[in-house]
Amino acid sequence: MPVNYSPPPKSTPKVIVAVTLAAAAGIPFLFLGLVLLLTPVLKPATIDGLLSNAGIDPSWRTPAYVAALFVLALLMMNYGAIFSGVITWWERRVAGRIQSRIGPNRAGFGGFFIFIADAVKMLLKEDLVPADADALLFRAAPYFVVTGFALTFVVLPFGHSLVVTDLNVGVFYVTSVTALVVVGILISGWASNSKWALFGGVRAAAQVISYEIPAGVSIFVPIAMAGTLSMQGIIRAQGGLPWEWFVFRNPAALIAFFVLFTSQLAEANRTPFDLPEAESELVAGYLSEYSGFRFALFFLVEWGNIWVLSAIVTTLFLGGWQIPFVSAEYIDGLRGAGVLPSLAWWGWNAVSMAVFTAKTIALCNLVIWLRWTLPRVRVDQMMGLCWKYLVPAAFACFVFTLFWELAVSVAPRIELVSGVGFTVIAVVLAVLFARRVHQNIQAVQGEKIDLSNW
Amino acid sequence: MPRKIVIWVVLAALVVTFVGVLGARMAEGAVLPEIILGPLGLTDALFYLFAAMTFAGAATVALSKNILHSALGLLAALMGTGSLYVFLSADFLAVTQLLVYIGGVLVLILFAVMLTNRITEVKISNASLGLVGGGALLVATVPVLVFVAIATPWATIVPAELAPTTREIGNAFLTRWLLPFELASLVLLATLIGAVVIARKELKQDEPDTSVS
Repeated sequence: MPVNYSPPPKSTPKVIVAVTLAAAAGIPFLFLGLVLLLTPVLKPATIDGLLSNAGIDPSWRTPAYVAALFVLALLMMNYGAIFSGVITWWERRVAGRIQSRIGPNRAGFGGFFIFIADAVKMLLKEDLVPADADALLFRAAPYFVVTGFALTFVVLPFGHSLVVTDLNVGVFYVTSVTALVVVGILISGWASNSKWALFGGVRAAAQVISYEIPAGVSIFVPIAMAGTLSMQGIIRAQGGLPWEWFVFRNPAALIAFFVLFTSQLAEANRTPFDLPEAESELVAGYLSEYSGFRFALFFLVEWGNIWVLSAIVTTLFLGGWQIPFVSAEYIDGLRGAGVLPSLAWWGWNAVSMAVFTAKTIALCNLVIWLRWTLPRVRVDQMMGLCWKYLVPAAFACFVFTLFWELAVSVAPRIELVSGVGFTVIAVVLAVLFARRVHQNIQAVQGEKIDLSNW
Repeated sequence: MPRKIVIWVVLAALVVTFVGVLGARMAEGAVLPEIILGPLGLTDALFYLFAAMTFAGAATVALSKNILHSALGLLAALMGTGSLYVFLSADFLAVTQLLVYIGGVLVLILFAVMLTNRITEVKISNASLGLVGGGALLVATVPVLVFVAIATPWATIVPAELAPTTREIGNAFLTRWLLPFELASLVLLATLIGAVVIARKELKQDEPDTSVS
């Protein structure tokens, strides 16, 4: 028994609880509120309208556009960074519960400020470059990773009209800019001049190249169903109720949903596919030699990618921001004729954002559960899963979807039948799951959630 | 040695004739386009930025002694080219450039480089013709490129707005250009089968399969 160990105080002081709760509620509200306010306003048409209303010379238009772009870029990058910070805390708390330990609980109530403490700690560390490393590439690699991550926020939707820009090649754009992350990982693996890092980089390349194929092919299923590549267009082709989502409207889409989700997990290097940084074999894989801020950048991207992959899957298969019983056209109609939309429009946009965020956070939570439930796969199992199962399944889904769409054009009723059928199955499964969880909690009576050591 | 000298002389003669003929043709027939100098707008500044990025990347590919630095230069060049496609209002092409060349080709190049065991040696990658050969190639190609750039009647119509191109590309592939499209996929299929044939392990009839799968 170590004598000089002083146990933490049994109850957290009230002030800390209040500050933490305020921060935990305030940070998401602040950022989502900024997204809600700024993305519709900082559009070229709105800026033009505001400038002409204020009587400002049109020659200020270009500077205004540039300033708007900078504000949006700053907002989106901070959103990604803060989200990945908060989710590291959430992941560690969930991991603690799953592994029957407490998890971080010192910085703030429930350890909520741990991500700020971590960030401060990493910023104060020395920025080490190994003596024999390729200094230029070693320093450049994290920026590729961060660029590939940040660029996806250009087309990720947040709500009905809340998107930085709705590119008409949106989905395609998302899958292609993430290639920069792979380039960054490969370069970091090589430039470190360490065998662990090199192994990690090569594994990452093999894994991501392989899983890009099932991911890319399964994305074609919602594209074929929606008839557009635009993210907002795909969401608009769906509906608010579960049987109007793509995932249930077509049997092949249900399989494609799982294929895409698995492939995205592998592309984001999440467990069970975190072979590139398998700490039991490769120290920390491609980021073994990194320290300080550059290390923090890699981890920022790793956790920020949870949001990106969940948002993509929500957009493509789970109906995105569609509100049940409220059509997107109805919200369009509320916009009004003026430069700034009407209050009701803002209200429905906030609701749509809440719907989208709730779905995405639920998927993020699923990603975290998977990480702490499944063991890491072996390299050959990872490759076998991709090439023997996911790739053929994705191609089969694609071909089936083409025939399905032909059938739908003849008999539109089958989409509804499939949607309702699969929704009922999903609800039954969810009820069974909830009952099992309830039984398990009953079985360990007495082990309640102990809030005293939060 | 004399054989090498002969080759050099023949090459030099060819280059000189080539340049002379092309120079004569350029001098007689070409119509020099009017050069319009306007104020440098934001779009122009961005265009020059991306053009400079492409050029610097290409120069790095050619001049760097380190193959990984060359790969990085290739990345810059390909991204710059992709950005130039955006200026041409070819959104789908720009994203495809990013997906195919950076996500596919460049990553495969890096992957292959890392799997070679002589990675630290400079010589495996940079077998060059040397200064003389490079100079000769430069002299030979510059007139062609300049000639093409000046003499081609470039279509300079600026599209009214950046219209989506995906639908037109899809329609063109499945109607007018169906045969080339299918032929290209046939070539890809042949490549895939070839890769499998080369990569698979040769199994002998009398030997039991002892490979660990």
